[in-house]
Amino acid sequence: MLRLNGITKVFGGLIALEDVSFSVEDGSITGVIGPNGAGKTTLFNIVTGLYTQTTGEVYLDGQNISLFETEALAKLGLVRTFQNVELFGKMTVLENVMVGLHTKSRSGIFSSAFRLPGQIREEKLIREKSRGWLDFTGMGDLAEMTAGSLPFGKGRLLEISRALAAGPKIILMDEPAAGLNSRETLELAGLIRKIRESGVTVVLVEHDMDLVMDVCDAIVVLNLGKKLAQGTPRDIQENPDVIAAYLGEG
Amino acid sequence: MITEKRRQLLIFLIFALAALSAPFFLKGNYLLNVLIFVGINTMLAVGLNLLLGYAGQISLGHAAFFGMGAYLSGIITARYPVEPFLVIACAAACVGVIAFVIGFPILKLKGHYLAMATLGFGIIMYIIFNETVEWTGGPSGLSGIPNLRIGSWVFDNDWNNYYLVWSFTLAVMLLSINLSQSRIGRALRAIHDSEVAARVMGVRARILKVQIFTVSAVISAVAGSLYAHIMTFIAPSSFGFHFSVELLTMIVIGGLGSIYGSFLGAAILTMLPEFLRVFQDLDIIVYGLMLILMTMFMPGGLISGLESVMKILSARIGKRRDDHAQT
Repeated sequence: MLRLNGITKVFGGLIALEDVSFSVEDGSITGVIGPNGAGKTTLFNIVTGLYTQTTGEVYLDGQNISLFETEALAKLGLVRTFQNVELFGKMTVLENVMVGLHTKSRSGIFSSAFRLPGQIREEKLIREKSRGWLDFTGMGDLAEMTAGSLPFGKGRLLEISRALAAGPKIILMDEPAAGLNSRETLELAGLIRKIRESGVTVVLVEHDMDLVMDVCDAIVVLNLGKKLAQGTPRDIQENPDVIAAYLGEG
Repeated sequence: MITEKRRQLLIFLIFALAALSAPFFLKGNYLLNVLIFVGINTMLAVGLNLLLGYAGQISLGHAAFFGMGAYLSGIITARYPVEPFLVIACAAACVGVIAFVIGFPILKLKGHYLAMATLGFGIIMYIIFNETVEWTGGPSGLSGIPNLRIGSWVFDNDWNNYYLVWSFTLAVMLLSINLSQSRIGRALRAIHDSEVAARVMGVRARILKVQIFTVSAVISAVAGSLYAHIMTFIAPSSFGFHFSVELLTMIVIGGLGSIYGSFLGAAILTMLPEFLRVFQDLDIIVYGLMLILMTMFMPGGLISGLESVMKILSARIGKRRDDHAQT
């Protein structure tokens, strides 16, 4: 599904990522973990086209997407959520999700301004589908609220709903459990599994070890910009290098 | 949701009816004349609002597009016996192409830099209006622009011009309302709130910003053409930095991201100078002060202030009804 090959990213003189390679299996839930500053978010930013890597390639379903612009990736089925929750704050919850369907619709400025019949039909469809996604994530009753006034946990859910609306093959979540309480984290774990069951591959960067060990099939550990280990949750838990990196031994 | 669409349509119909019947209730041509300019300024404000209020991209040079429309129409129709409506369309298309071309480099900039670039563009155009004396007549202006006509019907009095302008204004408003509630409108507002998230969702932010900049410029150009034909005389002073700031003030006062707010702001700022005459050239200071006060105390503009007053009122009425029901 997603393959990273020798990704290196240098900021000025600082090496943020060094020769990182791994693959994400189709239909898996893969966790990317590591101490602060390990380069996890940088990795996500490279995959989603917000940064350009210094060397290395990213492949999505065998297609080299290394130099693709961010806005081209949604159409190819790759979407992400953000660590700090990037919502469209002044728009309603429903409208946020409707933007998720942007690449699934095509009405332009002209047909929108003149409300041509095709546009009206499409608009109705977008609305229905968006409501469907809000029901999927259990936010149906908040549809008309302003997104900016949502509590943090609901904002996270909305961001995921919006990403799902784009009909992705793979969704990248940047610390989806950050700022959530334990009950919300538990619900999130359920939702992540539900997303995978619907046929979407999930990659998450996460600090919450319980969540990662609980939901992930495969884990990649980064430390100081390098890949330290890769394997099943059990392998990782028993890996002496990983333990050393986290506990600061060695 | 259908009811929401119906409500929107109803509001527009009431507004349109009010606009179209206004001349019948007015005594004297002076107010009618003012309302013609309210119409032109509303068009301009709506155009700028699509760019700033929806997409969140500032322009301090919109008066230049207004001027380009006015001069293109004015120069061509004053010199050659061509169909003026055709010229308006050509002028609009021409300004659209120019806006599209300069939009690409300019809209890569953000915030203050974008403000500076558009300001620079406005000033350059202002200098061109002044210096190409052979064409524009320079600072002393261009006269002899014919009135618009359809067959033998000449738009040469306030009554005719009022309906001419307001049919354009209402059309621009309706199309803009439609646009704002569409996939494109949502994408624009998404860019405004979080450009990075919009791009991740597949919104091609860069091109969309240029497109809406172009639409905005075309609307301004059409307003400019109408202005030229109604005034029959134009001079560069109407299309300078001063007017760009005035347009900005209109939409900030009326309400960013609101079509009716654009009208409200345009109406207030068009009528206000009549009262501000005592300040003479200091009126730009008054505009500045209004901008500061509005952004401090009513960032949503007057229209959002009105909306919250309406909400409080309807809540009060609802409560009173409940009280009555209880007793």
